[in-house]
Formats: sequence, C-alpha cells, structure tokens
Amino acid sequence: MAGYILRRLLIALGTVWVISVIAFVIIQLPPGDYVTSYIAQLMATGTLVTQEEAENLRIQYGLHQPLYAQYARWVWLMLQGNFGVSMEWQRPVLEVIGDRLLLTALLAFAAVIFTWILAIPIGIYSAVRQYSIGDYIFTFIGFIGLAVPSFLLALVVMYLSFAYFGASIGGLFSTEYLDAPWSLARFWDLCKHLWVPALILGTAGTAQLVRILRANLLDELRKPYVVTARAKGLSEFRTILKYPVRVALNPFISTIGYTLPFLVSGSIIVSIVLSLPTVGPLLLKALIAQDMFLAGTIVLLLGLMTVIGTLISDILLVWIDPRIRLEE
Amino acid sequence: MAQSTLLHGVEEPAAAETMDAGERLYVASQWQLMWWRFRKHRLAMAAGAVVALFYLIAVGADFLATTDPNFSDARRSLMPPQRVYWFDGGRFSPHVYAVTGKRDLRTFKRVYTTDPSNKIPVQFFARGFTYNFLGLFPTNRHLLGVGEGHEAAETLFILGTDVQGRDLWSRLLFATRISMSIGLVGVALSLFLGILLGGLSGYYGGFVDGLIQRFIEILRSIPTIPLWMGLAAALPRDWSILQIYFAITIIISLLGWTELARVVRGRFLALREEDFVVSAHLVGCSQMRIIFVHMVPSFLSHIIAATTLALPAMIISETSLSFLGLGLRPPAVSWGVLLQQAQNVQTVALSPWLMLPAVPVIVAVLAFNFLGDGLRDAADPYGQ
Repeated sequence: MAGYILRRLLIALGTVWVISVIAFVIIQLPPGDYVTSYIAQLMATGTLVTQEEAENLRIQYGLHQPLYAQYARWVWLMLQGNFGVSMEWQRPVLEVIGDRLLLTALLAFAAVIFTWILAIPIGIYSAVRQYSIGDYIFTFIGFIGLAVPSFLLALVVMYLSFAYFGASIGGLFSTEYLDAPWSLARFWDLCKHLWVPALILGTAGTAQLVRILRANLLDELRKPYVVTARAKGLSEFRTILKYPVRVALNPFISTIGYTLPFLVSGSIIVSIVLSLPTVGPLLLKALIAQDMFLAGTIVLLLGLMTVIGTLISDILLVWIDPRIRLEE
Repeated sequence: MAQSTLLHGVEEPAAAETMDAGERLYVASQWQLMWWRFRKHRLAMAAGAVVALFYLIAVGADFLATTDPNFSDARRSLMPPQRVYWFDGGRFSPHVYAVTGKRDLRTFKRVYTTDPSNKIPVQFFARGFTYNFLGLFPTNRHLLGVGEGHEAAETLFILGTDVQGRDLWSRLLFATRISMSIGLVGVALSLFLGILLGGLSGYYGGFVDGLIQRFIEILRSIPTIPLWMGLAAALPRDWSILQIYFAITIIISLLGWTELARVVRGRFLALREEDFVVSAHLVGCSQMRIIFVHMVPSFLSHIIAATTLALPAMIISETSLSFLGLGLRPPAVSWGVLLQQAQNVQTVALSPWLMLPAVPVIVAVLAFNFLGDGLRDAADPYGQ
C-alpha cells in the first residue's frame, strides 16, 4: 500500500511540474516581458522611464537571465509564497484571487456530490428495470446530457429562467451577502445558489456514471450469488442493495481521478456564462488583458487543486478497495 | 488473419440468400463482415447519414447559402426568422413577405413589420452572389434565392439576422464548414501523435511503455480548458485566419491524443503475442513489414472507431474556445463564434434565435457518438 501511495505521489509531483512548465510558458508567450508592460503602464499615467531605469528594472526582476534560470527563480519565489503582481489590479496575485479559488473548489465538489446523488439511484433503477419506459427515458436524457457541452446547458437554463421566471440565476450570493464576511448565514446563502451551477456542471458526468453503473450492475445481477441470495429468501431490496450494488459502485470512486480535471475545466466556462465569482471569469479577463502573472498563477493553482483532489481520491480508493493493494 | 474469430457474432448477411449465405460468410473479407454487422445497427446507420449530411453541407456551404456570410447592414439588425409560405391560394408558389424595419423611438429597439401585400417569390436554383463552386468554376446559382428584381441579401432571412444584420442561415452554413473541418484536422494531428506514441509504447513495452504511460497519466490529470485558454490567448493578435485556425487545432490536439494512444497501445499489446505476428517474426519479416503489413490492418478498424469518438471532443473544444472569444476570431465563422453573440442573457431573451447555432453542435456531437459506438461494436470480432 505504501508503494502504491508513493507511486501516486510521484505522478502527482510530475503533474505539478508539467503544469508549472505550461503555466510558465503561458506567462512568457506574449511578446515583450513584464517590464515592457510595466513601463507602458507607467507611461500611460505620465511617469517617464529612461532606458537605464528600464534595464535596472529588468536586472531587478532577473529578466536578463536565460529562460531556465527565470523559471527556477519564478518557482523559488512561489515556494516562498510570492506569486507576483497582477498588472491590471496593481495588487499581489494571491490577493486578487482571494477566496475565488475556494469557491471554485466548492463548486467542483458540489458537482461531484450531485453527480453521485443522481447517478446512483438512476443507475440502479435502469439496471433493475432494464428496457422499461423509465430506462429508455433515462438513457435518452443521458445521451443528450453527454452531447450538450456544459456551457450550452448553462446558456439554455439561463435563458429559460430569464424568459419564464424573469429572474437571473447568475452569481453565487444574494446581494446582501455579496461582500459580507464569511458566516453561517452567508454559507447557507451560498448553498442556496450553488445547486443550479453544480447541477449544470454535473450533468455530463452523471450521464456517464449512470451508463457505467447500469452496465456493471447488469453484469452483476446475472451472477449466481444473486440467485442464491434470492433463493435464500432475502427481500428483493436487500438482495440488490447489499451485494451487487456494492460491487458495481466501484467506478464511482475510481473515476474521480478523471472526473475532477473534467469538472474543474467545465466549472471555468460555466462560471463565465453564469458570471459566478470563481476563478473562471477572472482567468478570462486576465487572459484578454494579457495580465500574464495572474493568468499563469490561476492555471497553476487550478492544476494544483486538481492534483490534490485526485491524490486524495486515489488514497481513498486503496483504503476502500483491497484489490488495488494487492495489485502492486 | 484469424478469420474464424471474426465469424463469431455475425449472423447470416441476408435472409433472402439463405442458400449461399454460409458460403459468403466464409469468403467475406474482414471489411465486409464489419459492414454487415454495422448495417444491423440502425441508430449508427442513421447517425452515419447525419454525419455525411453535415460534411455535404460543409462542402456545399456556398451553394446552400443565400447571402454572403459577412455582408452586414445595420438597418436589418436582429431581425427575427422569416416565415416562408410555400403555397399561395392552393398553388405551389413559395414566397416571403417583405419586411420593413423601424426604430421604436421609445425603446430604441428596431421593430420589424411584415407587409403581406408585398410578396417576394422564393426560387430554387436562383441567382445570388458569385462564388467558386467546389473551388472549380465561378457561378452564382444557389439552392434558394429570390426572384428577379430582388436581392436575397436584402429580403431573405430564413433564420433571422444577428446584431450586425448578417443573415444567420448563411453564416450557420459557413460555420459548419469550419467547425466540421477543424475537428478533422485536429483529429488527424491527434491520430499521428497517438499512433506514434501509442505504437512505441505497445510495441516496445518495458521502460519506453512505462515512460509514455506515466506521461499520458500526467496529461490526463490536467484540467484542459484553462490550459487551452492560456495558450490560445497567447496567440499573436495580428495572425491571419488560417494561422489562427491551425494554431487552435494544434493546441486542442496537443492534449487530445491520449485516448487514441491508449487504444493503439492496447491493440499492439494484444497483437504482439498473436500467432500470426510470431510466425511473421520467425519467417524473418522486417519489423516495419510486421507493423504495417500484418499488425496495422488488423486494428485499423479499431482506430477508425476511436477516431470517430474523438471528433466530438474536438468540436466541443473549438466551440468552447471560440465562444469565450479565445478561439477563432471574426471574420472567421464557426459555431462557437456564432454562439459568442448569445453570451448575454438580455440579448438572448429578446432574440432567442441567436441560440440556434447550438443545435448543429448538439446534433453533430450526438451523431458522431452514435456512429463511433456503432463502428466500435462492428469492429469488435467478439461482439454480439
């Protein structure tokens, strides 16, 4: 088990490294460097900068060094908690991001929970009542759910709520809690708003899990031990829930590793459509304004968050499923 | 190759020819067997027809369009879809009513009123703007158009117009061309990477396999949209449409090849131990010959199925990026670029037809999924 966790940990580290390189590339890609844009900004406000001062600034930020040295410097500064300064906001990047990252994580987490709450009963129903009308309806909805990208779903839901209820469902807080400090009341308000985006985000995942669970459960239901349980006189409810469902539930945990990056990805674009106060809209704005330190840091932190989530799910998986421990 | 395993699961091809059906089954090629099995899959057949239709539209977009997709006129901003009347007093004579727009002085919105007395005839194969048919010869014939004395660009708006008064129907057709082709180009790139790396991984195994597999695992655990956004936003603003087009496909396929590599590796691993590969080794075939003459043909069908299933993801990625304004940029038109106009709730609530480009996205993605599923089942020799 220790070996398995160690291997996972190494992969997680590798992933973080790859993400950090890509984030660094994103920061470096636009023409000109940090100082060029900084000077442009100073000029715009009327401050004159001489050539010499510009050179000094470059040396101060280490921009005259080769790329790999700059990368090392950037990583080193980040390890000390210094993520650079946002060009657009003139404030440290971390301050700008604030609790948006937490809200992104909450949204992804809520989507996972919703996926499970919906997928487990529907999957069991579809398998036990195979080829019933309900099964066909759920299969049909599932296919649509898989085919509609989450941002389109968000658009449609927003249009419907606007056209028929006259209310905008955008945002995560009511106006009175918008800038309030965290409290129980604010958290409750958040929960009341969170379910719509979580549902939109979780639809595709739900459809996929229902399909997997249905297929797995159908395989299990035909096995002799189910017949034995029935012959023993166990109630139908217990026969199904106690054994086959447990076995068929395995993919729920093992697919978190793939679901999480997918959900985080989706949450970005859904947040932009619904204008939620997560990192999504911030990332888009930063990219359009070429505020690269902010954008790069958001990409990095999102990746980090996903990796940690995946790692936790992997460790949970070994803890729950003994077969994986034996594998290594 | 192992013909006998392929026979399993294939029923008699046609009931009418029961006599020689069994015989035909034994002499049928692998592709014929696949076709027979695929043909029984009704949904996949229908999906295949839809996909073919989409590509036909992509090829003949300018013939089907009524107006130049970039022809704009502020006087026709946000016009609702126009109704085409097919009959006139019981006689087949398609026509539309002329529409006049006026600005409401109180709300500052443009209001359009139809004038039933002014009928504009709609004709098939009518004259319109000039284009190169299939890039071969210039012509000005279009499937739909208006009669002599009228301009389609000023009178015919089957699906309404956008904010700048451009005909949505024509734009949608041209968008189909770009969105469908970007999927193909992207998949071709992913396929190249997937076959190369998946093949190396599966053929050599051991250390190379471990390295490539770990790399794929790493790529799969990265959330893709933020990365795509970052890379796409960094593309220089002054690039031409074509450059942006290829840059976007490269960005999308850079992270999209992993699934294909997984399929290819799986097939290589399975085939490596097969008798026919071992015997090819023993009779002294070169490695290249073994891979390309013996191994690739036996899993080509799987690759085709996997490719079909990879296409919708490409289409959705491009649509998402363009929707955010980071993908293709106007004057290029793709489904995502068109949907960008539907970003604002107020606009959508007042002119819901701007959401219409979502329909082809959903239909295309569904069709590719069903087609891919059908192909995969047909390619699986052990399937039912």
